[in-house]
Amino acid sequence: MNYLRLLWIFLRIGAMNELAYQANFWVQLLQSLLNLGVALAGLAVIFSHTEELGGWQPAELVALLGVFFLMSGLIGALIQPSMQRFMEDIRLGTLDFTLTKPEDAQVLVSIGEVRIWKFLDVVQGMALIAVALVEIGMRTGLAHAAGFALTLAAGAAIVYSFWLVLATTAFWFIRAENILVIFQAVYSAGKYPVAIYPRWLKLAMTFLVPVAFAVTVPSEALVGRLSPAVLGGALAMAGGMLVGARAFWLWGVRHYSGASA
Amino acid sequence: MRGLADIYSTLFRTDLAVQFQYRAAMVIWLIGRIVDTLVFLSVWTAVARSQGGQVGDFTSGDFAAYYIIMMMMGHLTFTWFMFEFEYRVRSGAFSPLLLQPLHPIHRDIATNISYKFLTLAVMLPTVGLMIWIFDPVFDPPAWAIWAAIPVVLLAFLMRFFVEWALALVALWTTRTAAANQLYFAASLFFSGQMAPLSLLPEWLQTLAALLPFRWMLAFPTELLLGRLTPTEVLWGAAAQVMWLGLSWGILGAVWSRGIRRYSAVGS
Repeated sequence: MNYLRLLWIFLRIGAMNELAYQANFWVQLLQSLLNLGVALAGLAVIFSHTEELGGWQPAELVALLGVFFLMSGLIGALIQPSMQRFMEDIRLGTLDFTLTKPEDAQVLVSIGEVRIWKFLDVVQGMALIAVALVEIGMRTGLAHAAGFALTLAAGAAIVYSFWLVLATTAFWFIRAENILVIFQAVYSAGKYPVAIYPRWLKLAMTFLVPVAFAVTVPSEALVGRLSPAVLGGALAMAGGMLVGARAFWLWGVRHYSGASA
Repeated sequence: MRGLADIYSTLFRTDLAVQFQYRAAMVIWLIGRIVDTLVFLSVWTAVARSQGGQVGDFTSGDFAAYYIIMMMMGHLTFTWFMFEFEYRVRSGAFSPLLLQPLHPIHRDIATNISYKFLTLAVMLPTVGLMIWIFDPVFDPPAWAIWAAIPVVLLAFLMRFFVEWALALVALWTTRTAAANQLYFAASLFFSGQMAPLSLLPEWLQTLAALLPFRWMLAFPTELLLGRLTPTEVLWGAAAQVMWLGLSWGILGAVWSRGIRRYSAVGS
């Protein structure tokens, strides 16, 4: 409960910071809409030549795109800015201030910075999902919604753990930002179902950079083609990665040598 | 002329030495281009498979050749100055460049070429690997390969001048992120990256012929695939020269006005 209160405080600080720059809202809105237009136009070109892509119907791919934007919004609003700030704090030594606070430092680091305008991507993603579900004409039962919520939470947890592990390497490498460029590049491949990629790339997108769990699996749950095995796998992976990232973080903090280093 | 050659040889030597220090970062930045290529290639291979092996006039092997060549064309012609200029203006990093008795564009040309030269060490093996994995069908006539040399050079020059001229917008607006995104969105479709232009609707193809993007990427790529007639190649080269001249002219016209507007926001 206490952590929720903290998250709320940081959200408010983030909102107040960004409300000072309202032009950013319009720029972000423009960029989000442009991304949406490009993605939909791309799908239009693809589906003018085929009826399905890797076994996915057009409306199902719109749902997948919705999940993609939803997840990018969460990453862009919370995970990425916090982790970048965390790495910058390590480099400058200002992480001292975080470590001396009487709360768990991992929590503080993970919600350290919020970019509220990025939530526009979340809104956009949810709108796409709604449109796609109407188009598919699916009756959404409780089990169906629960499956989507669970896989989405698992996907977010996996992406978060992945970023935390990469960011924690900054305790040794100091400049780890470039590694995150790899994440951005591979994540953009998640706009299409992983089924279309060659085997080795599919494996990389499942276990190396977890795009499959972040986007494809929740989308499968959304359009009603989730198998219990995949659900179980996603939950196990999320649990394992959260525990692993925590252990790695604790180990990393012990290597931190402070501001004067 | 002798003076400029000396300047360039010095610029190349220092740039190569500086950039060589950031080997890891340089390689990482290439991954985006490689992943993009893999994505589009996988999408169109999947489409071709579902259509019985062929889409329009492209088989899976044609798509592989098309996207592997396009990746190389993208690498040889790209510039980053539309992003760099916003930083230069906002941080004031442009000021020291303006103080030198040399037009900043020379330094940028040298940096761009040395970066590409160094990163070829990664791009060439990548191309080899992709040829091995994806089995491209590549069988152009000999004249097309010879014609590609001036065409690729023109593509590089025209893209450099078009984007460098557009980058000057930052001198007036300071913020260019959204405008840049619009440019790259248009480029994605009209340069033939999203799909070969012959797979786009008719009206988009017409529009593509009128815009500069096609002549930067799709034109040299189609030439190297052996899909163009000599007449089409001449027309394409004429379009490239036209865009090069136009952007050169615009650059000359706005440059001095632009630097008078430049206010070095950060300093």
